[in-house]
Amino acid sequence: MEFVLDVASWVLIVVGSVMLVIGGIGVVRLPDMFARMHGAGIIDTMGAGSILIGMTFQAGFTIVTVKLLLIFVFIMFTSPTTTHALARAALGGGVRPWVDQPPEDDDAGDGGASSKT
Amino acid sequence: MSLMAFMGVIGFAVARLRNLFGVVMLTGIFSLTGAVLYVVLDAVDVAFTEAAVGAGIATVLMLGTLALTTSEEKPASDNKPLLSLLLVTVTGAVLIYGTLDMPYYGEATAPINNHVAPRYLEESGREIGLPNVVTSVLASYRGYDTLGETFVIFTAACGVLLIIGRPQRGRRRARRDANWDIEHGIRKNVILRVVSKLLLPLILLFALYVQWHGDFGPGGGFQAGVIFASAFILYAIIFDVDLARAVIGPKVTRFFLALGVTLYAGTGTACLLFGSNFLDYSILLDEQTRGQHLGITLVEFGVGMTVAAAMVTIFFTFASQER
Amino acid sequence: MEFPGLFNYWIVVVLMMTGFYIVIAHNNLVKKIVGLNIFQVSVFVFYISMAKVEGGTAPILAEGIAQYSNPLPHVLILTAIVVGVATTALGLALVVRIRDAYGTVEDDEIEAQENDL
Repeated sequence: MEFVLDVASWVLIVVGSVMLVIGGIGVVRLPDMFARMHGAGIIDTMGAGSILIGMTFQAGFTIVTVKLLLIFVFIMFTSPTTTHALARAALGGGVRPWVDQPPEDDDAGDGGASSKT
Repeated sequence: MSLMAFMGVIGFAVARLRNLFGVVMLTGIFSLTGAVLYVVLDAVDVAFTEAAVGAGIATVLMLGTLALTTSEEKPASDNKPLLSLLLVTVTGAVLIYGTLDMPYYGEATAPINNHVAPRYLEESGREIGLPNVVTSVLASYRGYDTLGETFVIFTAACGVLLIIGRPQRGRRRARRDANWDIEHGIRKNVILRVVSKLLLPLILLFALYVQWHGDFGPGGGFQAGVIFASAFILYAIIFDVDLARAVIGPKVTRFFLALGVTLYAGTGTACLLFGSNFLDYSILLDEQTRGQHLGITLVEFGVGMTVAAAMVTIFFTFASQER
Repeated sequence: MEFPGLFNYWIVVVLMMTGFYIVIAHNNLVKKIVGLNIFQVSVFVFYISMAKVEGGTAPILAEGIAQYSNPLPHVLILTAIVVGVATTALGLALVVRIRDAYGTVEDDEIEAQENDL
């Protein structure tokens, strides 16, 4: 039983770390600001979530597990909200998503700062 | 070690970056990396404080200053960089030469680990009886220092009030009513409103938990005060600043600002009145450890109140300015 | 002179010099305050890295732990962090006030205005 728990937590922590690296590469290399937020979302949910669940397997049925699960719940609440707030603020500030076909009725030209860098 | 190297890299990036907004964000990341470094170095209380204070309050205040001073990114122009680089290199070389006979990292026989610290570690269980040695050193063995630090925080809040408390000529408070906010502002944002309303009581509860649990684990008055203040700052950011000011008005914050330091100094004076030294809590109750517990709880509560009130005051003073 | 043993002091010196350079070489007042912050954090890292004892753990008394890290620098740095943010707040308030009085936060422009008077 111990061995199964160890293997499970190993798998989850390694998967979480790989997701962190992938998300990090995404945040740096994706072309558009809104696409980069998808990378940040991977970091928060898959990365942090997997590592936390892996640690609960190590902790067993103690108070530490309850604390870890509470942290997981709070991260699930707050990180999508912050990404939403960031996207909303960016739209309000004039950053426009990078699309292949700009909409036909874009008569004002490029309305604000372009988000493609 | 690699964490420290990472912090060095971030420091370089801050020096080279011209966009002030990016600089402030990098400073937040710098503080968070510092907090992780402190956990690796076994300083859990310090890590807690650095994460709450450096990555939270300091970033918010710097962003507020940016909003008030430069409306857009203002590049910093360096003149005479060569002379500064030379000066910095010379000073750095002298300092590195000075570190050459310092004790190696992690040595248990270093002088810093061998005079007072073992006494604290061994005797605090018997004399004070709290598991968290940092709290017992902070509030009891070195309580006088902490009293002074609390007064410094009080003075800083007073100083901020004095310097920018009254909006100057040329600045007006724009009259924006609640309708404008619901139409245009961040208040229209349903998701942010709902989630922050869900989180606010939990943040306050967590602040109280950290305050009282500081005796047994990482925590204590400083961290709890900062977390408590951050709840009000969150409310002020998502909803209107005026609304938040109505919830926790200037009279309330000034009262708690003064009450905290009064509680701390008052506990010390009570010890004097009972016949012992200033801030010697053993005299407060019949048994020595119980007296120490009571004294530490009271002074930590005083510290928490002053820190929370100071952070709230400073933030609201910054936020009530108009562009 | 072992290389790894003194590495933490050298990193502290590097951070300290970075903060020092930002303060003396840049003209923008907000950036100078950021540089002061970096300088402060380097001093904190110096103390905390000196407090670490090889094989020790966090200084919270518990059963079965033989070696603790030194708690005394932790206490000093804890108060220093909060005092640091208070003085940063005071410095930023001064920057706002300077902006009101001079209209700029660049050091050379302020000096030029002072010399013109």
